[in-house]
Amino acid sequence: MVKTNINLFAEGEVVYTDGGVLAEFAWILVVLPFVAALIITFVGKSLPLKGAEVALGTIGIIFIYSLALMYLHVTEGVANEFFINVGNIGQFDIEFGWVVDGLSIMMYFVVGLVALLVFIYATNYMEGEIRYTFFFTSLTLFAGSMLVLVSSPTLIQILIGWELVGVCSYLLIGHYWEVKDNSSAAMKAFITNKIADVGLMIGIIILALNTGTMRISEILYQATHDYPAIKNVAFVAGVLLFIGAMGKSAQFPLHVWLPDAMAGPTPVSALMHAATMVTAGVYLLARMFPFYQGIANEALDIVMLFGVITLLTAGLIAIVQDDLKKVLAYSTVSQLGYMVAAIGSGAYTAALFHLWTHAFFKALLFLGAGSVIHAVHSNSMLEMGGLRKVMPKTFSTFIIGTVALAGLPPFAGFFSKDEILASFNHEGETTFFFIAVLGAFITAFYMTRAVCLTFLGEYRGHGHPHESDSMMTTPLVVLAVFAAASGWVNIPGVYTGFTKWVTTRKNPIIEYHPESFDLFALGLGLTAGLLGIGLGYYLYQLQGSAETGDDKIKIEPIWKVLENKYYIDDFYFKFIIDPIKLNMAKAVDAFNTNVIDRFVNGFGQLASFMGAIVYNNIDQNGIDKVLNMSSTGTDSFGGKVKLLQTGRTQQYLMLFLGGVVTISLLILFII
Amino acid sequence: MELLTNGTGLTAVVFLPLISALILTAIPKSQELLIKGFALVSSIVTFILSALLLPQFDFSNADKLQLGNKISWIKSINANYEIGIDGISLPLLILSTFITVLAIIYSIEHLPEPKSPKGFLALILVLETGMNGTFVALDLILFFVFFEIVLLPMYFMIGIWGDKTVRTVAGFKNQIETRLYASIKFFVFTLFGSAFMLLGFLGLYYRGNRTFSIPELIELGTNGAFTGTFAMLVFAVLFLGFAVKVPMWPLHTWLPDAHTAAPTVGSVLLAAILLKLGSYGFVRIAIPILPEQAKAWAPAIAILSAIGIIYGSLACLAQTDLKRLIAFSSVGHMGFVMLGIASLTPIGINAAMIGMVAHGVITGLLFFLSGSMAHTYHTRDMGRLGGNMKLLPKTGALLGFTAMASLGLPGLAGFWGEFMALLGAFNPLDGLNVTVFRGSMVAGAIGTVLTAGYLLWMLQRVNLGEPSDEWKEMELHDADGYELAAWIPLVILTILIGVFPKLIFGATNDAVVSLLSKAFGG
Repeated sequence: MVKTNINLFAEGEVVYTDGGVLAEFAWILVVLPFVAALIITFVGKSLPLKGAEVALGTIGIIFIYSLALMYLHVTEGVANEFFINVGNIGQFDIEFGWVVDGLSIMMYFVVGLVALLVFIYATNYMEGEIRYTFFFTSLTLFAGSMLVLVSSPTLIQILIGWELVGVCSYLLIGHYWEVKDNSSAAMKAFITNKIADVGLMIGIIILALNTGTMRISEILYQATHDYPAIKNVAFVAGVLLFIGAMGKSAQFPLHVWLPDAMAGPTPVSALMHAATMVTAGVYLLARMFPFYQGIANEALDIVMLFGVITLLTAGLIAIVQDDLKKVLAYSTVSQLGYMVAAIGSGAYTAALFHLWTHAFFKALLFLGAGSVIHAVHSNSMLEMGGLRKVMPKTFSTFIIGTVALAGLPPFAGFFSKDEILASFNHEGETTFFFIAVLGAFITAFYMTRAVCLTFLGEYRGHGHPHESDSMMTTPLVVLAVFAAASGWVNIPGVYTGFTKWVTTRKNPIIEYHPESFDLFALGLGLTAGLLGIGLGYYLYQLQGSAETGDDKIKIEPIWKVLENKYYIDDFYFKFIIDPIKLNMAKAVDAFNTNVIDRFVNGFGQLASFMGAIVYNNIDQNGIDKVLNMSSTGTDSFGGKVKLLQTGRTQQYLMLFLGGVVTISLLILFII
Repeated sequence: MELLTNGTGLTAVVFLPLISALILTAIPKSQELLIKGFALVSSIVTFILSALLLPQFDFSNADKLQLGNKISWIKSINANYEIGIDGISLPLLILSTFITVLAIIYSIEHLPEPKSPKGFLALILVLETGMNGTFVALDLILFFVFFEIVLLPMYFMIGIWGDKTVRTVAGFKNQIETRLYASIKFFVFTLFGSAFMLLGFLGLYYRGNRTFSIPELIELGTNGAFTGTFAMLVFAVLFLGFAVKVPMWPLHTWLPDAHTAAPTVGSVLLAAILLKLGSYGFVRIAIPILPEQAKAWAPAIAILSAIGIIYGSLACLAQTDLKRLIAFSSVGHMGFVMLGIASLTPIGINAAMIGMVAHGVITGLLFFLSGSMAHTYHTRDMGRLGGNMKLLPKTGALLGFTAMASLGLPGLAGFWGEFMALLGAFNPLDGLNVTVFRGSMVAGAIGTVLTAGYLLWMLQRVNLGEPSDEWKEMELHDADGYELAAWIPLVILTILIGVFPKLIFGATNDAVVSLLSKAFGG
């Protein structure tokens, strides 16, 4: 293996290797799922586990491969990229390929691990459900698409992976498409993302045209080496790419699709709409971070602003949700806000660190919620309660997820959220810092509310729920271990391996790394979390029943706004979707029929009128029949076309040949 | 091998279908199997012949016209039988021979009423001669003849085998049969355009040393033989001729009617190949012969394309008729092709080339599917359809896939034409109004959202949901072997071109780059 030294940090050097054979064959990660999806499609139904075994085997291999890469990376540090030319267009090489570096390996591992656990879980969760095999086809396709995205060394491949995961999301959100609401939710997700993709697409176009390349590493090189062309467009391109990220990572005001996406089966929510797909936007910003940091700093301010708005607004909505999955969905939006805001503040590692820990504990929470929903056959927390007794494993793992999300030490979220708060504090973003602290309080509060309503108190639903099968609880346990321990890989002053992993890239990352805990940020963050838990527990457990908990704090006008999600959806429908679908589309169609076509038809009538004159006065007096026949078309409105209906083909062919001859004669005649 | 390279091969690809059609007319009507078999075999042979040209084609000289020849034809006017292909025409030629095979495979078991395999198949073959001929013709008169030949078979296909329902038409008092109205509108509209086009050809002939040879005229044109008002007028009439065929807004209104009324195979061929004759005309004739005029007209073409994209997509959102929706989608998709062409950059025109092929494959398939569904359900009204995934799972799955391809999903063929057209439009040829092009590009980008919107909405209405009671009692047949045999190749092609666009760019790129550098220098 070739060893390369680059100056990653101001204070020292990072060594990386080219990754050898393992990196060279990493394309298997991307190709394998697509092959598997084909196999499942064609032979899945006839297999003993109806195709699930192919999906599981595939994702197992991917996980093991990613584990091997992770090991290699942790021990040696790997950074390499590979390209395949798939076409040339003008001066551009269209290239696909794969990247093996800290950032992508981290993503491979997250995708591999969470997907593996979700697949195992889903074999049981989806048992007996409609389109079981197709479900696994879509999941496998998703895994492949996500790997296309995170392995991409070129912007064009990013775009491909980006939209492919969108399609998989569409397929899986709309899994139960017999119900119109579900297919509408799927459509909403796709279209919202497509709107954001316009930004991404134009951003990519601007970057490509101003750098002459689609290779990300080259674009980043130019961005950090004072190339004037890219410098001039940096702000615009930076904002446009971020608009793309806002779609996938559900940033305000394009977050509206994610809560609706909960219409999909819960394993889908866990894998795509919590752990992996929705982090694509954060991943894109991270991948392009040297560009942002180098020449598009003003764009980062916008990134941070939207991140902070998102983390607060979504968190508030989560408080008023009664649907357990919706609480988690808004929580996801809010946490994505944290990640995006972190990138915006220049804290590359902190954002990715939160992505990393969040993937585990949020997947855990969703799978836990799925386990509960599976047991009580309802999403509504009003029909739950008291489940700690009958579902001890689900309960205890859910609690671990909750405290991880609420940011209590030593669980994962504590470290990652603290790092984000610390970086806000370090950057002197006082207002945003306090909003983020407030966000931590809100997070802890709504999660405690959810736990109280779901697991504590008395059961309010129907039937006799019981603990899920081990196929479902085992993934919960594994994820709980990660939710507890995945934060320990980046403890300031103790062990900062994670920082080293994700900053080992071809394009150096320059950022601030705290030497030790920021005790001010840590103290405030922790206090906010504890207060949130305390208040939640007080309101929903100590003070009477679950139903009355909300009433104690309910401020009617504010609640109304929150329950209506700030009326953003209504705004979109009233001012964008309905005007396009109802008014503009109808107007265009009417214009087509009543203006353009009427003009054309009027023209035809005129021709028909003229034709009649010619027919009656000249033709009837004996003009060559051949000419007459070839003019069938022009005087046809006069009724000549009755010929057509006689159904005698030979005659038409003769007519046709006559026409060709006539045209040829005409040509000769004219000339 | 000699026969393949000296023009005989190309000639065979062009005329074999016509000869087969003539032979077909000699077979007695009762011999249905023989008629179908013969038509199929001859289309396959034509396709194989065109495929055999591939190894003979020198891809490293894809910008040169190859495998052709030049024979004196009409001496008195110096019109020659001049043919040849380069990287621009090659993909379209292969597409044409390929789609024809699929059209005939489909027709074996799915002839539209009135069932008359002999006439129908003969017309397809005659149509193929017209299409193939247009792509290989290098003489304006020859080009014109082939360009016109395609009109008649399509006219008869729509007029005889088309939709027999009666409808009201704006401006007419009496109701009229859909097929009648559509076929006449199609014929007259196109003839109207090509009459002007012929005028333009004649103008070039008289100014250009009495030659109809396209390569010679390009030589003259790039050396500034055609200038001023004359050139402007010639470009204007060529524009009319080609723009009707594409069709560009606002000359598009024949298209929805023709597609809706045409039998399945008719709409497939219309969408897949016939529309390309127009855009091909721009690239092969109008732009290289009149580069300065192309430059002058480019902003207008860009704006019309942008309008076409938005207008077409909005019109789609208002449709209740499945086939009409897909027809309007062509207006939008061809808008992307023309936007790429208008940019006059290598990126834009390459985008147009791959866009043409992709549209041919994808929209061709969409028309196969919608036509087949219309046949099964006896309705195209999306309000009555629904739950198609349950009723016809294979057709439904393919419809879902193709809709995704049609909305420009990256990884499938439709993506490259769309994305690269936008890329080209962002930085048009030097000297073109950047604001106009960037505006058009943004409109195009918004068009991609609307496109996704109407296609997904279509899927929701047609494919998803519970089927209505109307279909409960009926025995519905999902895609049979013939249908799958016609459709699956298009699916595979969609994926292949999507993953490996070099299949098209490999042929077109050099030709496009050289065409533009000849026309605009640099």
